[in-house]
Amino acid sequence: MPGPMKIRATAEAGYTEIRVLMSHPMETGLRKGPDGKPIPAHFIENVTVKVNGKTVVEGQISQAISRNPVFSFRVKGGNKGDKVEISWLDNKGEHNQTEAAVA
Amino acid sequence: MRQVACRALLAGAALSIAASLAYADDTKQEIQKYQRMTAESSPVELWELEGADLWKQKRGPNSVSLERCDLGMGPGVLKGAYAHLPRYFKDTGRVQDLESRLVTCMTTLQGFSEQEATKRVFGNADKPSDMEYLAAYVAGRSRGVKMQVSTKDPKEKAAYEMGKALFFYRAGPWDFSCASCHGHEGKRIRMQELPVLSSPKGARGTYTTWPGYRVSVSQLKTMQWRLNDCFRQQRFPEPKYASDATIALTMYMAVNANGATYRGPGTKR
Amino acid sequence: MDEGRRFVLRGASATGALAAVLAAGLLRPVQALAATWNKVAFGAKNPADALKGIGATGAADSKEVLIDLPQIAENGAVVPIEVTSKVPGTTSIAVLIEKNPFPLCAQFDFMEGALPYVKLNAKVGESSVVRVVAAAGGKHYTATKEVKVTIGGCGG
Repeated sequence: MPGPMKIRATAEAGYTEIRVLMSHPMETGLRKGPDGKPIPAHFIENVTVKVNGKTVVEGQISQAISRNPVFSFRVKGGNKGDKVEISWLDNKGEHNQTEAAVA
Repeated sequence: MRQVACRALLAGAALSIAASLAYADDTKQEIQKYQRMTAESSPVELWELEGADLWKQKRGPNSVSLERCDLGMGPGVLKGAYAHLPRYFKDTGRVQDLESRLVTCMTTLQGFSEQEATKRVFGNADKPSDMEYLAAYVAGRSRGVKMQVSTKDPKEKAAYEMGKALFFYRAGPWDFSCASCHGHEGKRIRMQELPVLSSPKGARGTYTTWPGYRVSVSQLKTMQWRLNDCFRQQRFPEPKYASDATIALTMYMAVNANGATYRGPGTKR
Repeated sequence: MDEGRRFVLRGASATGALAAVLAAGLLRPVQALAATWNKVAFGAKNPADALKGIGATGAADSKEVLIDLPQIAENGAVVPIEVTSKVPGTTSIAVLIEKNPFPLCAQFDFMEGALPYVKLNAKVGESSVVRVVAAAGGKHYTATKEVKVTIGGCGG
């Protein structure tokens, strides 16, 4: 899998646009492997978005989200330099996070 | 009575033709929307980031990074390099595309053997190949640069001409050539319009989407991969990785794409 | 003991227990912050049960819930869906792909100035209605859009 995560956050007119790129197989558990056995489900369940330490979005997602998920969110107002922090937690208990400053 | 009926029939036929044309326009519009929206929300940049790390890593028997790799604009000059490829390289005496040049740098700078450098050039969704990461990174460094592939050197001109000849060359058990699919206006396969790659318009629009993230397989695919797959689809024998023939075909399409602004690795179905 | 050291120790003791537990690998950091996942709703196999699972049975059709998506998807593995709720006081948005084996795809809760907006990529197994539900002031509002899924190209 490619590099973990990347946030692109920009200050727009009246709001902050946040886009996050994640790498994750988002395996549904319905696909069969070459041996004919189902590949176990492995997908992100929770996504949390924080701006300057405050949680702004709590997301619950399912295996129906595409592999290597990409999400866009918007937050009212905001300034260049604001700290955006996004983390995820999957059904196996694996997690990852990254942060970026609003440009 | 018959005259009225006839006119009504003609009017009805005209309406239904108009309706089906309108439907075709809607279909094209929605597909373009799909392409635009997926490109806007693409994970492809993650490949560029990983490639950036790989570029700087000391690797191989010489424990050296690729940072002094010369992609045609001088050792380590990356900005715009992809938009000028393929091109003639004096040190190897041949015209090279991006991927063959990466192999050159991996062997001459890092000390890998050619076999080691090309052992696993096409990856999979769980484990992309180093070549895919590096190709994405280098191509991304030409984002916003106009395609300017030269045919000044006689070897470059020869590669272009060979690529053109190969493009129209019918072979294999089905008697296909690249032109069978990509040489005629107005053709499509299922819902996909087939770009005419022998024309500047088609080449500019399509060549510049490679390398690209294929959403259907969740992988970044390179031009060498695409040519390999085209050969497979035409039931041609599998080409050698970065062979002269594949470089010539790349040269032909890249020159046809000259003038287009390269927008970085693409996102495709 | 000097002032500075005492201050550091006092601060440390409040989180010391948690830190020790985290260090011992007994709790994963994000899990420790209580992540919930609506197993019942996500496990529902039809749209009605999925809506029930998120408490949105009887959601009212609304023109204030906007869905932007391409009507034709070249491949069902990635279907981009952009949702905006213009319903005042929207606190959450849920996305359902009605024909998927498990229709509920995602649910987002917005707070502290987050706008009721999300763009995501969903897997759509077959041509389907995409349903979006916005929650505001204890009520639910819904809208739908259709997407046709195709398999592209020369053998995928």
